Amino acid sequence: MIIVSDLTFSYRQTPVLNIPAWQVQPGERILLSGESGSGKSTLLHLLAGLNQPDSGQVEIGGQVLTAMSSGKVDQYRAKNIGFISQRLNLIPYLSVLDNVLLAAKLSGSKSTRTELIKQASKLLQQVNLDSYLHHQKAENLSIGQQQRVAIVRALIHQPIVMLADEPTSALDNTNRDSFMTLLHRLCRQYNTTLVMVSHDLSLTTGFDHHLALADINKTQPKQVQ
Amino acid sequence: MFWRVAFFSLLHRKGSAVLTLLAVAISVFSVTAVEHLRHQAKAGFAQTVSGVDLIVGARGGDINLLLYSVFYIGNASRNISYQSFEKIRDARDVKWAIPLSMGDSHRGFRVVGTHADLFKHFRYGQKQPLIFTAGQSFNNAHSVVLGAAVAQKLNYQLGDQITIAHGLGRQSFQQHDQYPFSVVGILKTTGTPVDQAIYVSLAGLEAVHKPDVAHDQANSLQPESITATLVGLKSRLKTFQLQRRINQSGPEPLMAILPGVSLSQLWESMNIMENTLRIIAWLILAAALMGLSASLLASMRERQKELLVLRTLGASPWFIFSLIQAETLLITVTAIAIALLGFSLTLNGTQELIVGYFGIRIDPDFVTAEVVKTLGIIVVASLLVSLYPGYKAYRLSLG
Repeated sequence: MIIVSDLTFSYRQTPVLNIPAWQVQPGERILLSGESGSGKSTLLHLLAGLNQPDSGQVEIGGQVLTAMSSGKVDQYRAKNIGFISQRLNLIPYLSVLDNVLLAAKLSGSKSTRTELIKQASKLLQQVNLDSYLHHQKAENLSIGQQQRVAIVRALIHQPIVMLADEPTSALDNTNRDSFMTLLHRLCRQYNTTLVMVSHDLSLTTGFDHHLALADINKTQPKQVQ
Repeated sequence: MFWRVAFFSLLHRKGSAVLTLLAVAISVFSVTAVEHLRHQAKAGFAQTVSGVDLIVGARGGDINLLLYSVFYIGNASRNISYQSFEKIRDARDVKWAIPLSMGDSHRGFRVVGTHADLFKHFRYGQKQPLIFTAGQSFNNAHSVVLGAAVAQKLNYQLGDQITIAHGLGRQSFQQHDQYPFSVVGILKTTGTPVDQAIYVSLAGLEAVHKPDVAHDQANSLQPESITATLVGLKSRLKTFQLQRRINQSGPEPLMAILPGVSLSQLWESMNIMENTLRIIAWLILAAALMGLSASLLASMRERQKELLVLRTLGASPWFIFSLIQAETLLITVTAIAIALLGFSLTLNGTQELIVGYFGIRIDPDFVTAEVVKTLGIIVVASLLVSLYPGYKAYRLSLG
């Protein structure tokens, strides 16, 4: 469960977000839409603990992230939150498998490398990534393939929350649809709460709720990055 | 996994990584070489002569006396009379005295006129005696003993005939062609100036300069003067007493020096050159490490997104800081390995060349405690110079 209360965030003294109260139930899949620069990515970064709010509280899975030290937040994120961004999701010089294994290791997995490779390979097969690609460098993959690897990497440690920041913006329609099908299927399979932000309103299918950021954000921000 | 990321990150930027690696390797090579050669030269100096209690020559500079009598470098300003030598040799406390007479050469190598006792009493290194690899000591005025480097470089063997020339240059216009010497002995390599010298008897040297003396009378010739004498005492306790006595003797102005003391003074006088070399080597290293730091800093902009990806995966800023340090460590340790391998190959490949030209044997086993300490300092220094790029990465990763 995600609970946001009295959350405010400003960028260079310009108010960006002011969310008095917002909740996402466990396993729910939420699509959050809004104009470019409206603060969608910023909200995801606050939920992931990558940025600190000016005030307010973010609680995920019963843990108040905003009350934790930065080191604890990093540990919590590694263990419980999966993150997919627009592009350049992967470490370009690592192989597909190493990208996935890195996430598993950072989450504190005690499994051996062999066990993790087995687990990662199984997941990569589920997103239709042929085994000959598993040892390829991430930079040699197409954007569509990279985004599918990003799903696997985000799910390898079975997080309670998946945050996706416009993950389809660089994909063509066919790849976009196949990506979304995979994302929904795997989040359902692992009962992972999904919060995805996008300005593409054609993606509402498969989500439990579609919200406009303006519905929860009481600030009328100027255009910011 | 951490080291895997660091390794592949470097491999991803292999162009700049290889250049940085080579720069650091070359600088580590120069520092290691200077440090090792410095110690070897110092040890070589100290081991040039042992078991000689006093060196006596004409009064002048003590380092000059040491240089021409032990290192065969330079010339004596004056000779000492043979009578003075006999007086010293016959003194009550003297066990042995070996005369040295210099001034001639053969194809650039010094010719030393002396007694056959030199091969019996002279010691080098840890009191090691001179050993013949072939033949034996000279026993008449027509034979010659060669140092190892002379025999090797000029490809001389027992029985070969050589002539000597007046003066010390490689090209001399005054050849004593009428008086050839026969090679009767070749000494084993010592790693000292002995290797670079040619030894003849005093009588032989005298005969060279007296062409009117009949060939069969040469053995009975005795010089009027010699250049210096090496002295061994019955008791070392008498060293200072005899030194004082010689220094105060008259009417011929003589000077006696303690080889150990003069060797230390000589080394001290070379301190400036030694330190200059060290400073240059360490400056080269500093420049290479600055280059390493600059290359890491230059990569930060292109790595910003990669660092953000790591952060979204839960990598702490400290993880990212450590990643930069790990990359530095990989470059430095690999550079050290390359430098040590290169230095080892160079030392082994040029050993004979160094002995031939400088008369000093450089120990190929250079991984001493001192070198390990130096390498440790290099590793720490590399980590220190990458603190700033590490901090920069840390700051960038915070967003």
